[in-house]
Amino acid sequence: MQSKEDILEQLFELIRPYSEQPIVLSEQTSLISDVGLNSMKVMELVMQVEDRFDVSIPLNILPDVNTIGGFAKHLETLLQDR
Amino acid sequence: MTILLDKFRPLEERRARLIASSGEDPFHVVVERVVSATEAVVNGHKVIMAGTNNYLGLTFEVSCIAAACTAVREEGTGTTGSRMANGSYAAHVALENELAAFFNCPAAIVFSTGYIANLGILSTLTGSDDVILMDADCHASIYDGTRLGAAQVIRFRHNDPENLEKRLQRLGERAKGTLVVVEGIYSMLGDRAPLREIVDVKSRYGASLLVDEAHSLGVLGENGRGLAEEAAVEGGVDFITGTFSKSLGSIGGFCVSRWSELEYMRYAMRPYIFTASSSPSLIASTRQALQILRRGTGLRTSLWANATRLYQGLTGMGFELGPEISPVIAVKLPVSAEEASVLWGELLSQGIYVNLVLPPATPDGGTLLRCSISAAHSKEQIDAMLDAFAVVSARLQPDYQP
Repeated sequence: MQSKEDILEQLFELIRPYSEQPIVLSEQTSLISDVGLNSMKVMELVMQVEDRFDVSIPLNILPDVNTIGGFAKHLETLLQDR
Repeated sequence: MTILLDKFRPLEERRARLIASSGEDPFHVVVERVVSATEAVVNGHKVIMAGTNNYLGLTFEVSCIAAACTAVREEGTGTTGSRMANGSYAAHVALENELAAFFNCPAAIVFSTGYIANLGILSTLTGSDDVILMDADCHASIYDGTRLGAAQVIRFRHNDPENLEKRLQRLGERAKGTLVVVEGIYSMLGDRAPLREIVDVKSRYGASLLVDEAHSLGVLGENGRGLAEEAAVEGGVDFITGTFSKSLGSIGGFCVSRWSELEYMRYAMRPYIFTASSSPSLIASTRQALQILRRGTGLRTSLWANATRLYQGLTGMGFELGPEISPVIAVKLPVSAEEASVLWGELLSQGIYVNLVLPPATPDGGTLLRCSISAAHSKEQIDAMLDAFAVVSARLQPDYQP
């Protein structure tokens, strides 16, 4: 069972290379407007996160995911249900 | 201008950049006159059409044109409504019976386009308790179909049966209510699904399988039934969708199934119920084309000979292509969208029309010059394509001087 802090830390690590400018990532960071992900990059990131956490992430949750914190919350639920 | 349209400004700017580089909008080419199944007039010049998915070259087949003409005279220009409301014409039902017989299936449903066939089946076959497990490189019509429905949607890595298995394993008991979705030939890179392995995996977990044979109908298999026939796994495929707008040279879509209960889906699929049915002329030419496709071994031989000639020629020039020979031949370009647009414009000025494909439509975020080959192309036309690509190849050399 991974803690929320642990999930966040791993997400930061996976998301950091996507940002063209070095920015400080936090729970409030928006994947689209702050990190600058487009729809293709979001899909790529989802695959990486799935591999890292050994989990399948349904595309249905993506419209609700805006911030890194929001993504972490969904991921925590998915990991619990596993 | 209404502020609603403001959000399309980036598209306006992107189009302006593409036109500035190639002198043409690659996504709004006007075909001034169609000359034949493989030639048209664009910008006042005759060009070879090498990007139209006209795999068997049947758009000008005399018997198909005659059948369409007879139908339009006898049954009119359109059906003016849906089959549920206005009634099915006898020819709609006849085509369904002919498709079912062709695929050795007990049930078939015809739709107004291939896009609508995927929209209808994918949105309706699975409900909110079910799961769709789709190949990540699936066509937009499959993505859109899943969005119209309520099922949970999960992607697996392109052409990776192990990754599919891992995901089925994670689903546990829910694997039985899972629809796996793949394509016969993928539209952008022309590669086939590893269907034997996929059928093996889905069978072990009790899942169902849908194969979209849009680009493989008439192209693969001894009788042209597609990848499932070629891979000899037709019994392991639960649903096949496809289109009439490629190898059959008209417009329309279909689904066939080895399960007769498919028949009842027609009362539940909104994209089937709430759109006008295909016009009599389309159905008539499709029926005739299907008869030709069935005995089309000679056409398939020409198609594959042409595809092999182009693929090998381009490989010889050092281009990076899709992973296997196929009537869809994608040239991967190591350049930006604007530079790719210039190269696409160069091909057009050399008399060759291909598709420029830019992200997000490309699988790996790169740029592609996508060719689709026809049985109707002559050897000379294939060589003309190679000559034009030789010019592109020269422009890609580091020491190129305009």
